[in-house]
Amino acid sequence: MRLFSTLALALALVAFGGAARAHDLQIGDLELGHPWIAEAPPGAPTAAGYVDIANQGETPDRLLAVRCAFAERAEIHEMTIDDAGTMQMRPLPQGLEIPGGQTVKLERGGFHLMFMHVMERPVAGDMIPVTLVFEHAGEVEAMFMVQKAADGGMEMDDGMEMEMESGQ
Amino acid sequence: MTTRRLVVALGILVLAAVLGAAALIVRYGESDEAALAPVDIGGPFTMTDQYGATVTEQDLLGHPSLVFFGFTFCPDVCPSTLAEIAAWLDELGAEGEDLAVYFVTVDPARDTAEVLGQYVGYFSPRIVALRGTTNQTDEIVASYKAYAKRVDMGDGTGDYLMDHSAAVYLMDSKGDFFDAIIFTATPEEAVAKLRKLIAAS
Repeated sequence: MRLFSTLALALALVAFGGAARAHDLQIGDLELGHPWIAEAPPGAPTAAGYVDIANQGETPDRLLAVRCAFAERAEIHEMTIDDAGTMQMRPLPQGLEIPGGQTVKLERGGFHLMFMHVMERPVAGDMIPVTLVFEHAGEVEAMFMVQKAADGGMEMDDGMEMEMESGQ
Repeated sequence: MTTRRLVVALGILVLAAVLGAAALIVRYGESDEAALAPVDIGGPFTMTDQYGATVTEQDLLGHPSLVFFGFTFCPDVCPSTLAEIAAWLDELGAEGEDLAVYFVTVDPARDTAEVLGQYVGYFSPRIVALRGTTNQTDEIVASYKAYAKRVDMGDGTGDYLMDHSAAVYLMDSKGDFFDAIIFTATPEEAVAKLRKLIAAS
């Protein structure tokens, strides 16, 4: 019986390892939905990344850090606009809490991953590996799909994307 | 106890009356200028566009304009807003052909003319990037009652961010403030405001 459960665990780990390469993925209790990066304008030193993080467990988790190879540094930022219409961006040094049973959306006009000093410009169609480090769920490498900002992070499967390309 | 409550209540009433009177006095004090310009946004500036030409408030006359403040190190609001502006221009088509669009950098130290030209050109060839010296930038920010403040990231890298006004200002053909489009506006709301601006210009 013990052997069986060890085997099942090993199989599950292999399955998770495989899933970690896909676009949407699961790590522990967390489900990462549609990770994407907005295509950066030429000359832009920064890029922003977005993803939905659903915590299906009961205990809160925390996105602590972000790592990538295409930019010098990556941070977790919060954008706010106050009543006077002033935009502020601030790093979240304590990371971003993902409360149990909730989904935290990193989306335009809110939280985002800030990639600084981009060495290679993200262009629509690219798939860029980015490592997300969670306090409890651990590390996972997610493939972020680069899309034009005007597409607004629309979830697109490959077929739709090709359709849009040929339409241009 | 009851007396104390009464005293507190009276105190609050008196304070409210004083504050109200003070607010009225402040309003009246400003009313002379306010009568000339209902909303005092816009005014003198001298900046340089991405092609090296000087642009002043005089260039806003005779056609409607959009004015937006930002910087290229900004990954979220600035590119999103510029992409939206480009989409509005597409939506308006020929109707919006007289509409001028200005992207004013609040970060002239990092945003060179070359960087700006590439940056705005990516969104639309219609967008004119404006850059000035620190003094010129301060002047246009003051004219538009905008806000720009450098915030060092304090992580030893020398990187910094800019807090800045995120609204798109709509200026009429007389160079006066007409309306503003805030970041959370839907495309429909934005285009409706632009149609009003064009109709009034």
